[in-house]
Amino acid sequence: MKIVACIKQVPDSAAKVVAQDGQVSWGDAPLVINPWDEFAVEAALQQKEAHGGEVIAVSMGGESAKEALKHALAMGCDSAILVSDPALAGVDTQGTAKVLAAAIQKVGGVDLAFFGRQAIDGDAGITPAQTARVLGWPMLGLSAVIKVDGGKVTVERSIEEGRQTVSAEAPAVLSVVKDFGEPRYPSFMGIRKASRADIPAWTLADLGISAPAPVVAWPELMNPPSREVACEFITGGSPAEIAEKLADKIIAEKVL
Amino acid sequence: MDFDLNGEQRMWQKAVHDFVAAEVKPKAREVDETAEFNWAAVKKMGPLGLLGLNAPEEFGGAGVDAVSAAIAIEELGWGCGSTALAIAAHNGLGSAPIARFGSEAQKKKFLEPVATGRGKLAALALTEPGAGSDLQGGVTTKAVKDGDEWAINGTKMWCTNASIADYIITLVRTDPAGGSHSLSMVIVPTDAPGLHIAPAEKKMGLKGSPTHAVTYDNVRVPLENLLGEEGRGLHQTLTTLDGGRISIGALSVGLAQAAFEAAVDYSHQRATFGKPIAHHQAIQWMIAEAAMNIEVARTMVHKAAWLKEQGRPFTREAAIAKTFATEMAETVCRNAIQIHGGYGYSREYPVERIYRDARLMTIGEGTSEVNRIVIARHYLD
Ligand SMILES: Cc1cc2nc3c(=O)[nH]c(=O)nc-3n(C[C@H](O)[C@H](O)[C@H](O)COP(=O)(O)OP(=O)(O)OC[C@H]3O[C@@H](n4cnc5c(N)ncnc54)[C@H](O)[C@@H]3O)c2cc1C
Repeated sequence: MKIVACIKQVPDSAAKVVAQDGQVSWGDAPLVINPWDEFAVEAALQQKEAHGGEVIAVSMGGESAKEALKHALAMGCDSAILVSDPALAGVDTQGTAKVLAAAIQKVGGVDLAFFGRQAIDGDAGITPAQTARVLGWPMLGLSAVIKVDGGKVTVERSIEEGRQTVSAEAPAVLSVVKDFGEPRYPSFMGIRKASRADIPAWTLADLGISAPAPVVAWPELMNPPSREVACEFITGGSPAEIAEKLADKIIAEKVL
Repeated sequence: MDFDLNGEQRMWQKAVHDFVAAEVKPKAREVDETAEFNWAAVKKMGPLGLLGLNAPEEFGGAGVDAVSAAIAIEELGWGCGSTALAIAAHNGLGSAPIARFGSEAQKKKFLEPVATGRGKLAALALTEPGAGSDLQGGVTTKAVKDGDEWAINGTKMWCTNASIADYIITLVRTDPAGGSHSLSMVIVPTDAPGLHIAPAEKKMGLKGSPTHAVTYDNVRVPLENLLGEEGRGLHQTLTTLDGGRISIGALSVGLAQAAFEAAVDYSHQRATFGKPIAHHQAIQWMIAEAAMNIEVARTMVHKAAWLKEQGRPFTREAAIAKTFATEMAETVCRNAIQIHGGYGYSREYPVERIYRDARLMTIGEGTSEVNRIVIARHYLD
C-alpha cells in the first residue's frame, strides 16, 4: 500500500501568537510538526505495519518545514517530500489543497492520504476535505478507528453526537483525531535515518501547476481585545462557608 | 574547533527532551514519595534507544556516540534524578562492560535483551560493606573455579538496580594472593540460586532508584560467564568508571538545570517589598552564578565525552567534569531552595527533592576526594 501523510510545520503550541503590522508573528518561538499531524503519521504507519507498503510524508512550506518532515521520518516514515515555492507564500487553504493534491498525484499510485484534523495555527480544519475534493476522492474525516480490507476503508468517525461508521473505496483521504491513540515517539533508528535524509524540494514547476489564485483574502489582522482579568481570593472560616460565598458570587456574576 | 551539536545529536536531544518532559518529569514527585520505580516510562525507552546507549546496533542497541549518551543522561536528570540514576547505571555500569569486554555470545545472551527493553535492566556490583573507594585492597567476595562453574561467595553493598535487573556484573577476587591482577568480573543472573537481594536501602534521595545489598551464598554460574579476562577486573572497573563519571556529571548538569529553571520561574512569581524577587540584586547574583556554573559544567562534560568518542585519553577530563558538575549541582540546588524561601523547604516545590537527589552525586562512582586524587596524580606523578 502506498500511503501519504500530509503534515504542516506550525509555531509551538506554547508560542504567543500576535498580530503585528498586519502580519501574524510568533516571535522566536520554535517551529514544530503540527501536533494533530502526529496522529496522522501514527495512523499511516499503523496501516503500513498492517498491510505493508510505504509511507511518504509530504509538507508544503518553507525550507524550515524540512525539520517537521524529519520528525515524521524519525517516527518511521520511509521518505519525505517538501513542496516549496516562493509563489506559495500566504496561500489559502484551497490553494494548499490544490498543491497537495498535485503532489499526491505526482507521487502516483497513492491509496490513502492521511491528514491531522486541523493545524493549530490556522485552525481551519478544511484542507483535508478540500484536497479530497480536488483529487475527486472520498473524504473520511475525523477518523478515530480505521480498518482497511482490500480496497475498502471503514472508519469510525468521532463526531459530537458519538461515533459514526462510514466506509469508502480507496483511494481516499482521511483526517485523524486524537481518539485514534497516542502517536509514537521517534526511534533512534528513525532519528539516525532522518538526520541523514536528503529531502527533495518540489516547486510548482515540478508539479506542473501554476500558483493557485487565492479565494480568501485577509484585509485586516488584529489582536483579540484584551480582557480585564481580576483575581479575588475568597476566604472564610470553614470550607462550607467559602463554598457558599463562591456559589453566591457565581450566581451574582451570572456565570451559571 | 566546533561547539555545535551535529544534526543527529540535535534531533536526539529534542526527541529525548520531549520524551522526558512527557513521561518522566511529571512522575518525578510521585516516584520520590512512593519510592516506586517508574517502569511505565522505562518500558517505553527501548525504541528510543535509551536502554542501549552503549550497545551496538547489531545487538539491538542504539550505539550512540559519547556526547549523545551524555545528552540523554542530562535530559533524564532534568526530568527525574531517580529514573536518571537507574538508566545511567543500567547503561554505564551494567551494560557498558559487556559492550566493551564481552564475547559475542555474552552480548547476545545478556546485552541484547536489556538493551532492547525486552528484559529488565542491568547492574554492576563493585562496592562491599568494607570496600568502596579502595576496591583493590577491600574486595572480599570471591569466585573459585569448581569443575565448569564459578562458585561465588560474599556480600556486595549499594548495588543500584539489583532488584530490577536481569543480571549483576560482580567484581570478585579470583586470586587470593591479592594485587592488581587478583580481581575479575563475572556475570551473575539475578535468578541464580543462592543470590539474595536485600530490601531496598532507605535513602536521603533518589528514592525511586532501588539500591540493595546483595549476598552470594555459594552462587554457581558457568565458567563462560567470566567477563573479559581473568585478573583484569580492576582494570576493567577503572575503565568503566571513567565512562560512568561522564554520565554522573551529565546527570548532575540535568539536576542543576531543573532546579535553576524552577528558581527562575519562582523569582518572577514571588514579590517582596513591592517588586518580584527577580528584581532584587541578591537573587540575580544567585541566578547568574547558577547559569555560569551550569554552562561551564556542561561544556566540560561534553569535552570529556568528545575525547572518549575520539578514542583519546579522558580519565583526567572525566574526573574534572564529574567533580565540578556534581559539586556545582549541590550549590545550584542549595541556592534554588534559598530563592524559594520557606517554600523551597516544602515538598510542594521540586527543589528540595532535586537537592536531596543531587547530594549522592559527589559520592557515587568515585567520591569527590577520590576524583581529586585522580586529577592530582596527572600533575604530581
Ligand atoms: C545511592 C547509591 C548508589 C550506589 N550504586 C552503586 C552501584 O551500583 N554499584 C557499586 O558498586 N557501588 C554503588 N554505590 C557505592 C558507591 O560507589 C560508594 O559508596 C563510593 O564508591 C564510596 O565508597 P564508600 O561508601 O565505601 O566510602 P569510603 O571509601 O569508605 O569513603 C569514606 C570517605 O573517605 C574518603 N576517602 C576514601 N579514600 C580516601 C583517600 N585515599 N583519600 C582521601 N579521602 C578518601 C571518601 O572520599 C569518603 O569521603 C552506590 C552508593 C550509593 C549511596
